[in-house]
Amino acid sequence: MEERIKINRYQVLNFFKGFFIHVFLCVVTVTCLFPLFWMVRSALMTNQTIFVDKSLIPAEIHWENFVIAWVEGNFGVYFLNSVLYTVSVVAGIVIISSLAAYAFSRLQFPGKNIFFYMFVAAMMIPLPGSFVPLYVLMNKLGLVNTRIGYILCMINVGLSMSILLLKTFFDKMPPDLEDAARIDGCGKLGIWWHVALPLARPALAVIVIFNSLNVWNEYILATLLLNDKQLMPLQRGLMVFQGSYSVDYPLLMAGLTIAALPIIFIYLAMQKHIIKGLSSGAIVG
Amino acid sequence: MKRVLIIIIGLAVLIGLIRFTLTTGSTKHQQESNTITLWHWMTDRQEVFEELALKYEEQTGIKVKVDLYAPSDAYTQRIVASAQARVLPDIYGILDKKEIFASFIENGFVADLTAEFQANNAEWELSLYEKAVDVNRFKDGNIHGIKPGIYGVPIDVTNIQMVYNKKLLEKAGISKAPKTFDEFLQAIVALKRVGIAGLVSGWGELWMADCFASNYAFNIMGEEKIMATYRGEVPYTDPDWIAVFGVFETLRKSGAFFEGIVTKPNKDAEQDFALERAAFSFNGSWCVNVYHGMNPNLDYGVMLPPAVSIERPMRIWGGAGSSFVVNNSTPKKDKAIAFLKWLTAPEQQAFLAERTKNLPANRKALSSIPEILADFAKGSEFTTHPTIWPYNEHPLVTEAFTKGLQSIIIGEKTPQEVAKEVQAMKEREMKKAAQR
Amino acid sequence: MAQTKTISLSSVKDNLENFSFVIPAVLIFTIFYIIPFIEIFNLSLNEWNGISLNREFVGLRNFEELMQDKIWWKSMWNACYITLIALTFQNALAFALALACDREIRMRRFYRVVFFIPPVLSEIVVGLIWRWILNAGVQNGEYYGLLNHFLVQSGLPHLVNNWLSNPDTALSCIAVVHSWKGFGWGFIMLLAGLQTIDRQLYEAAKVDGANGWQKFWSVTIPMMVPVILVVVILTILGSMQVFVLILSMVGQGLVYHTEVPVTRILAAMTGTNRFGYACAMGVVFGAILIAVSFIMKRISDKAKQA
Repeated sequence: MEERIKINRYQVLNFFKGFFIHVFLCVVTVTCLFPLFWMVRSALMTNQTIFVDKSLIPAEIHWENFVIAWVEGNFGVYFLNSVLYTVSVVAGIVIISSLAAYAFSRLQFPGKNIFFYMFVAAMMIPLPGSFVPLYVLMNKLGLVNTRIGYILCMINVGLSMSILLLKTFFDKMPPDLEDAARIDGCGKLGIWWHVALPLARPALAVIVIFNSLNVWNEYILATLLLNDKQLMPLQRGLMVFQGSYSVDYPLLMAGLTIAALPIIFIYLAMQKHIIKGLSSGAIVG
Repeated sequence: MKRVLIIIIGLAVLIGLIRFTLTTGSTKHQQESNTITLWHWMTDRQEVFEELALKYEEQTGIKVKVDLYAPSDAYTQRIVASAQARVLPDIYGILDKKEIFASFIENGFVADLTAEFQANNAEWELSLYEKAVDVNRFKDGNIHGIKPGIYGVPIDVTNIQMVYNKKLLEKAGISKAPKTFDEFLQAIVALKRVGIAGLVSGWGELWMADCFASNYAFNIMGEEKIMATYRGEVPYTDPDWIAVFGVFETLRKSGAFFEGIVTKPNKDAEQDFALERAAFSFNGSWCVNVYHGMNPNLDYGVMLPPAVSIERPMRIWGGAGSSFVVNNSTPKKDKAIAFLKWLTAPEQQAFLAERTKNLPANRKALSSIPEILADFAKGSEFTTHPTIWPYNEHPLVTEAFTKGLQSIIIGEKTPQEVAKEVQAMKEREMKKAAQR
Repeated sequence: MAQTKTISLSSVKDNLENFSFVIPAVLIFTIFYIIPFIEIFNLSLNEWNGISLNREFVGLRNFEELMQDKIWWKSMWNACYITLIALTFQNALAFALALACDREIRMRRFYRVVFFIPPVLSEIVVGLIWRWILNAGVQNGEYYGLLNHFLVQSGLPHLVNNWLSNPDTALSCIAVVHSWKGFGWGFIMLLAGLQTIDRQLYEAAKVDGANGWQKFWSVTIPMMVPVILVVVILTILGSMQVFVLILSMVGQGLVYHTEVPVTRILAAMTGTNRFGYACAMGVVFGAILIAVSFIMKRISDKAKQA
């Protein structure tokens, strides 16, 4: 008898716990989804109805706004450029920062701590006005108005944070896996590639998402370093709708929606790795 | 096998990427002697500029490369950085205070266009509105120590006034736009009675609040006394200045301000006026285009800010909306000047004005501008602007001044308190200047 | 003798090999960060308007002025306030959501995607939406700002407020919106950390008779300390340097109530054309942030030892 009551109480408690968790999650979900919904809804209206029409689904739906935004924003060129920049910068950051983070975490060399703290410190200092010396320097190096110059600058932007995050994950890595690999005849580079990188997959996924978002939304540095339209990233296209005086909100929203899609896609692709993580992929071939 | 395939594909992609990456922009044709480069920040005019550039190329064989860098903050950064690297384009615009404009000239980044303007009995100069040219002029004995002359080319004219919603005023039983400050306050009372908000403006952008205050300073004390204040001879605690601050307090107390006016970006304020949420707005002539885009049926009129004192006229800010300068060290200086001359000729000015719904800088550029814009143009005789004043306030004092206006609007401080604070900042800066 | 020599030689070779791992990072970093940084530091000792080819060397005068600049220190306090809210509210939210999604819960895939929407959204959209929500305007006798409208509808008209133009609420509103925009990052990092905890540890704790709460304190928290530390550091950095959001919500600010160091730096650079002073601000601000994060590191090292 007593036993039964206990179980019931446990079940009731569990039910309420689950219930509250779901209510909590749902509330947060609504606040997250609402702006997205609003953005897409606004993209389907006209500048005259956008702030007047209060109905949930607009009376007239202008799907063509997406096409107009794509054409007027000249997204064809910009989109390709942004993809190129994002892929190269993220790839660069992943390789360079994971090499460095692995060394900071696992290898010994003189000045190790100084270098590491230097990177961490760099995250802290905002560099106002650094655009002046940076531009002068890039100009001397002949890197102004080149893709490679912009890519290198953007790699630098994401480097510190990525190193810090990866080092934290490498520190947690169990040493016996490394030892096993060493016995199998792996060199340091081999361990980095075959052991450290696969183990740090969740952290790498975070880094990929973080830096993709960063590069994808970057605009100020591109405006500073690039001259030609053919080299400009996607955000340049969005500027067309934000005049110095007037803003074409529906087309801007349509453009922003188009611009947000690839990032959401990257997140969808990457979050699987965050979730699987160590628990399922610990054994490395 | 699979692995090898992946590696091969990976390598191919990598090589492709690197080759793609290393292709630089078309820097070569910039150096061609028949191409001039123009940098600007005006998103809404890029298309029109490009069309004009094509037309110019057809007529003269000179190619004009029009590069847009927006928003204006990013553009300014680029100009500053390029000046330091000495890679400024042939034609560009300076979006800053007169003092900074002077610094550009002083360091040889801007060509002196005086001779060009005054050739043939000042043909070019006289074809443009005087007040638009004045923005780019340095007068005899200017405080910046610049050789007197004209250093920039205005391409349009603008001014900042008040607009009123006819329908909303009618609802409140007001048939005529208020001319004096008292009438304005009465209108506010009448509007409040029927639940309509009074004045909206984008004072989240500090210069607009500064502009409004400056209008009243001109009305209350006149230019001479304002300049004396800037020279440090009249303190901000002078009754006249307290009266200027008092305008804001009176408006606050009578509930004239739209809720949240102090943190409103101008684009928000324009939306509020276009959607008929407020009866009055303080805005520039560019608003005609904006309101038309959001609400084509909006019935509104233009008026000067209602005067406090009847002794002096109301003054509003206005002059050149945007100007271009020519790089002093470019070998293509003549070509650049020729293009700007062409750009400010009646035909091109009319085209620009019509396409961008702005007021042309050329007197003869009569084009079919909307009636309301023509009304705006009528205010031009009352315009003045910090860029044509003999003295300017120190930017730090201006900051204290505008932030002080904000605290009056939100009821945090009294005009007297703000006046004291601004004066304290003024004295500090004067002391610093004297030490040098 | 010969043996020690070969050892030292091989250790030198070893060191070099190890060092080569960080060479690319150090190289890029030196060119694109250190060189501009030296230049910035150099500028902070000068008075310069950004254009002039002559800079006037003024020594430490910019720093002296900065120490007495009350508005600067107020802006520092404002940033600390935003950071404090982000550290508590944002991270608590992120941790709670991460814990919820770490469980076997229905629709957790859906939640994982949804919680990352705010960070992806453009600041333009965030500013537009939140200004609308917090708007205090009235049209035809009705509030059209969502929050005020909602307050009136739910019978709380005395709570209606001019959210973004009231010195008491403006900064808090910004802090809350910032937390909302940023919690997704904490969420995925904490979730990634939670997923790497070996499930066997939980099983072992269960065998030892620990209940959910005890498991949380004895397994989850100790295993999560490093990740939490990273999240905390990144939160501090992200919140101390927030400014785009502020610009999009309150324009150039509500008097000095919404100023933060970065907006002060921008105001000094573009508003008053004092590049030297702006650079001095950047240097001081950076030094303070570095000090804070090293104190954090000390604390966490102590926590790890304990």
